[in-house]
Amino acid sequence: MEISGAEIVTRCLQEEGVEFVFGYPGGAVLEIYDAIFKQDKFKHVLVRHEQAAVHAADAYSRSSNKVGVALLTSGPGATNGLTGIATAYMDSIPMIVISGQVGTPMIGSDAFQEVDMVGCSRPIVKHNFLVKDVRDIAATFKKAFHIATTGRPGPVVIDIPKDVTIHKTKFEYPQSVSIRSYNPPVKGHPGQIKKAAQLLADAKRPFVYVGGGAVLGNAGPEVTELVKMLNLPCTNTLMGLGALDGTDPNFVGMLGMHGTYEANLSMQYCDLLIAIGARFDDRVISVPNQFLSQAKKIVHIDIDPSSIAKRVKVDVPIVGDVKSVVGDLVALLKETGQRPNDKALAGWWEQINEWRKPNSLLYTQDTEIIKPQFVVQKLWEVTDGQAIVTSDVGQHQMFTAQYYKFRRPRQWINSGGLGTMGFGLPAAMGAQMANPYAQVACVTGEASIQMNIQELSTCKQYHIPVKIINLNNRYLGMVRQWQEFFYGNRYSESYMDALPDFVKLAEAYGHVGMRIEKPADVEPALREAFSEKLKDRLVFLDFITDQKANVFPMVQNGKGLNQMDLPDHMRGMQQVPFENNRDYGNLC
Amino acid sequence: MRHILSILIENEAGALSRVTGLFSARGYNIDSLTVQTTEDVTMSRMTIVTHGSDDIIEQITKQLNKLVEVVKVIDLNEADHIERELMLIKVRATGKERDEMKRMADIFRGRIIDVTEKSYTIELTGPGEKLDAFIKALDPAVILETVRTGASGIGRGERILKI
Repeated sequence: MEISGAEIVTRCLQEEGVEFVFGYPGGAVLEIYDAIFKQDKFKHVLVRHEQAAVHAADAYSRSSNKVGVALLTSGPGATNGLTGIATAYMDSIPMIVISGQVGTPMIGSDAFQEVDMVGCSRPIVKHNFLVKDVRDIAATFKKAFHIATTGRPGPVVIDIPKDVTIHKTKFEYPQSVSIRSYNPPVKGHPGQIKKAAQLLADAKRPFVYVGGGAVLGNAGPEVTELVKMLNLPCTNTLMGLGALDGTDPNFVGMLGMHGTYEANLSMQYCDLLIAIGARFDDRVISVPNQFLSQAKKIVHIDIDPSSIAKRVKVDVPIVGDVKSVVGDLVALLKETGQRPNDKALAGWWEQINEWRKPNSLLYTQDTEIIKPQFVVQKLWEVTDGQAIVTSDVGQHQMFTAQYYKFRRPRQWINSGGLGTMGFGLPAAMGAQMANPYAQVACVTGEASIQMNIQELSTCKQYHIPVKIINLNNRYLGMVRQWQEFFYGNRYSESYMDALPDFVKLAEAYGHVGMRIEKPADVEPALREAFSEKLKDRLVFLDFITDQKANVFPMVQNGKGLNQMDLPDHMRGMQQVPFENNRDYGNLC
Repeated sequence: MRHILSILIENEAGALSRVTGLFSARGYNIDSLTVQTTEDVTMSRMTIVTHGSDDIIEQITKQLNKLVEVVKVIDLNEADHIERELMLIKVRATGKERDEMKRMADIFRGRIIDVTEKSYTIELTGPGEKLDAFIKALDPAVILETVRTGASGIGRGERILKI
């Protein structure tokens, strides 16, 4: 039996086990929407702006290890989705974006709602397709899901002209897929893994640096086993948080621009660095020369060969799936019994514990003004550290990364690479859809939340009970912080004037709103929001927070990891090993 | 340093723009680019001449390999190779210049492929430097038009780029 291209699209999605499609209808995708209407295998979630559809699909992927799907119409629908696609691309999130296109005879004629979506999205997708023949739809979907989810994952766009969705053909979904030009690596080279094991055996100051690749590659258990088996100190990047439990004693905190004192100094002064699914980006190591000024051996495990030697030359590159490679490394170490010298490792731990002592995340909460850090810490306590937390971008994002100790992978959903404001709320929607029984919190700021606030309406329609933690300091906090540090306190356009009454706004959308202005009210408000009574309601908690709070530690652009700006109680503290007479070679 | 990259790529719509887009997006240089289908029409062979430090060339190669449609990439500079470029050059040829121009074309093993009363069109093949040398040998005033293909390259001997 012949069926229409639109029906084939829905059948392909069913074959791939898709549960939700996030989208917004329009002229070019009306056929597809009609086919969706006639089926009940997957649900469609109607957002209020296409950017939100893509963010929601993205967070659905991030929080579940399944593939998020977004459906956009041609022209403005497609271009509205681009920010979402770029966000997913920068963080390597597997996702399918289906965009409508004007009919094939109209392509190139500047038709109504025509845009060259394949061209527009080319630099921000793993791959994209324009389907010009109804007979190609099924094979294209099979390829698209395969490409999105294998190797280094990423978003794939499928652009489908309207006439192709009308044309009919037989439907047969391919069972397997083979693309001669696309063969991502899986197993790491055994010789390289042996070299890594040997370096670990020779190391005096080993350090494990775990990035988002470990989360995406589901390598959390393997990483944890490696770290625990050898008692190695370990840091997670912003994208890697949760790969190793944030409460684990071997975890030294996040590293990078706003990393902890101990994580950044361990990174700087280690003699062996094991990088797992991380890419040495500028917000993590700052300047490569400074980072490499202390001699260290580097083992770099990554599925993407182009991530290796991109910013930093390494001694032992291992290309492969992180789960497989780290698993093989653990197995080899067990077999050979190789491990770092106990005495040296104990000395290294002693050093790291000294760096930990001053607590670079220390802050004081008085009785008058709510500190943003305090809200996040209380959120962590109230949710037992178990909530899925999304964020937008800025100070609140960094505070969440620092103070919410993520217990497991896929619990922390944020736009790390692109840094997209407006990500948090739609992401919370996607995460809640993927995890209907989980507590989902969106930590945001009064500026970021307004970039996709219309989604409060979507949340109402689908009864999405996320809790919005709005850290309202009436400033673009991170911009203000940089203006304070680098632009002589000239707060150019970073003050948020004419804010809405968020409580009333939430209520207008049919949600629960609360304003919290006193530190003593923070915990009770959070407890109420997460109580049984409000478990089915979206609660918007508007915390009026300290306007002058800054994120510390901070590594300024161009500075080294051992040149941090430290919080007041540590100002002037030396950023070197405490005892220079230790056998650390040339350290300073 | 100058490098000459050979790329096997699926002969699909948009494949070329993925390659050129990659170069512009990442700030790499394209000195020349040639492309045509191979004996297997589902695949194209591309030759890109670029320049950059060893690190940059390594990244270019890796990034090219990452493109889904790219089947294989080799850097011809890594071993012996041959490269050729074709130039068509139209020159003024009147009066006593006509003989001189013919002689010059012969010296460079060029062939005159079109003749009018006032001009010759000369076809010249060789490495890029040879074409440069020919242009340099001429009085700029006699050159009416030039068109060059950019280099095509192939490994010497048993070195073969094929799937």
